[in-house]
Amino acid sequence: MRAADFVRFAAASLAARRLRSGLTALGIAVGIAAVVVLTSIGEGVHHFVLAEFTQFGTTLVAINPGRTTTHGMSVGVFGTERPLTIQDAESLERLSYVEAVVPFVQGNAEVKAGNRRRRTFVYGAGAQMPKAFRMAVQTGSFLPADDPTAPRALAVLGSKLRRELFGRGNPLGRRITVGGSRYRVIGVMAPKGVVLGFDLDDTVYIPAARALALFNRNSLFEIDVMYRPGVKVERVVEGIRRTLVARHGREDFTITTQEQMLDVLGSVLDVLTFAVGAIGGISLLVGAIGIVTIMTIAVNERTAEIGLLRALGARRVQVLALFLGEAVVLAALGGLAGLALGLGLAQGLHAAFPGLPVHTPWRYVLLAESLAVVIGLAAGVLPARRAARLDPVAALRAE
Amino acid sequence: MISLQHIHRDFRVGDQIVHALDDVDLDIAAGEYVSVMGPSGSGKSTLLNLIGLLDRASAGRYLLEGEDVTVLDDDRQAWIRNRRIGFVFQAFHLVPRLTAAENVELPLLLAGVPPAERGKRAAAALRAMGLSDRAGHRPDQLSGGQRQRVAIARATVTEPAVLLADEPTGNLDQHAGQGVIEVLEALNARGITLIVVTHDSAIGGRARRRVRMLDGRIVADEAEADRAPA
Ligand SMILES: Nc1ncnc2c1ncn2[C@@H]1O[C@H](COP(=O)(O)OP(=O)(O)OP(=O)(O)O)[C@@H](O)[C@H]1O
Ligand SMILES: [Mg+2]
Repeated sequence: MRAADFVRFAAASLAARRLRSGLTALGIAVGIAAVVVLTSIGEGVHHFVLAEFTQFGTTLVAINPGRTTTHGMSVGVFGTERPLTIQDAESLERLSYVEAVVPFVQGNAEVKAGNRRRRTFVYGAGAQMPKAFRMAVQTGSFLPADDPTAPRALAVLGSKLRRELFGRGNPLGRRITVGGSRYRVIGVMAPKGVVLGFDLDDTVYIPAARALALFNRNSLFEIDVMYRPGVKVERVVEGIRRTLVARHGREDFTITTQEQMLDVLGSVLDVLTFAVGAIGGISLLVGAIGIVTIMTIAVNERTAEIGLLRALGARRVQVLALFLGEAVVLAALGGLAGLALGLGLAQGLHAAFPGLPVHTPWRYVLLAESLAVVIGLAAGVLPARRAARLDPVAALRAE
Repeated sequence: MISLQHIHRDFRVGDQIVHALDDVDLDIAAGEYVSVMGPSGSGKSTLLNLIGLLDRASAGRYLLEGEDVTVLDDDRQAWIRNRRIGFVFQAFHLVPRLTAAENVELPLLLAGVPPAERGKRAAAALRAMGLSDRAGHRPDQLSGGQRQRVAIARATVTEPAVLLADEPTGNLDQHAGQGVIEVLEALNARGITLIVVTHDSAIGGRARRRVRMLDGRIVADEAEADRAPA
């Protein structure tokens, strides 16, 4: 039997029962649409989060104190670990491929300007922070390259904190106190917005050495290193490791590359996308049961026709293929309708809620349609096998 | 052409065994016109299904055109049904969603014949039945007699050697039945081997050879070449 005839025969059988076939296909369509919409949202979130991360650049390496096991627990070697110091950060600047080094301390403190006060994030940082993290200064300048061990008491405000403390007034040159110590404001950062839940605009930046003193710590939270694009990340990691081991006597720190972070993040987000897709898959299962039901009914109704086909010389596999074909055509058509529905819904969602990231990769569209076909095959197997196994004489007697 | 030797066909019903065919011997030459008559349950349909390779004997040998077909596998038997055997049923068995022409094309479609040739052969088969103007009609738009003639066109479109008809006039009034029988006889006159199972002695009596069955056995087998039609 020719393939084109085969498809036409299956399609004609379905067309003869338009309403029933349409409803069954709709079951699959709803399932595919659910999978498409949910994975589109999952994938949209994926892109969104990765974009949030990479806006700071991709040639970044973070060094944290302590050895981190794969479970993320920090364990001191022999119960002791040497602090990460500002001198450690300075030592890394000597590596040829390093473009910026930022010592980093973070905490919470009360900031006062005149009679206004506000509890806010305090970032202890270095002069190269805007360069390393691609952050822009709106007015004034960022922290200067003072002697990092004895910097002047200068501060830079996030745009929101500036508004809270000074309203529309000019903050440059004004005095504020951070955690009780006096600072002079020399700049305001451009708005950066909320990144992964942190409001980067409701912050004050002060020199790292002063933040260490403020929070009474001896170790930096982190040293961030930006390296020259094009340099192999392994080489950077090895250089940093050798430099710090020489200073500490052993490897009591952890180096995390942005690449690793993106990898981990990416795989977590992939699992997320897969999970929401699987939830959509449940409705697909319901659609598949619809196909099994309707094909079982079709085989019962058309028993005499099956007997006739056998009498006219159809082999068992041909009967099997005909009914399988009907199930597959049903599922494939439902799948196509579902794709259209799902893509429409995804676009509609995006139009209605611009904040909701939606992204549908073509790979997923093809995957969803193949899934529909596979479901048709799986759902059709049982009824089609029943059809193929019918005894032709008994089948012909059915009416 | 057809040679049945010591054919048995038993059915198990519960713990009882029904001998639907009980040691049947029958030889039919190419081009013969045979009627099979007998009371209900005597095994006529079972015999016809067996000759048509829709059913297998429990014991015995069946030679079709000199080939032992009892030993063939399902697919090979299907191929023979497609090429060498035509069936005509009491209930017509037309596919309701297909037009007359599409119904006639079915055996060719299953055999993988290209559409153009299929169309030509189906049109010729319908023309031979005087149904050219009904090619595009679906079965529910045809009369009983027309439906059975479409079924005969379908049975003959592959130009089989044998035409098997089980009560072909059973669902028709006398006039339509007469027309169908005349069509079958015309085909036989052009060389096809024709076997007709019937209850109607008027129809059965027209055959040149008349086989009579009772309880799964052939009890009479008479040939009268020059008997007048009843
Ligand atoms: N599938 C089956 N299972 C059990 N018994 C069967 C089966 N098919 C036929 N028989 C039995 O075999 C015998 C012959 O049946 P068959 O259908 O050949 O009769 P028939 O001569 O065609 O009768 P009718 O004129 O009523 O069509 C009957 O006794 C019937 O009950
Ligand atoms: Mg019968």
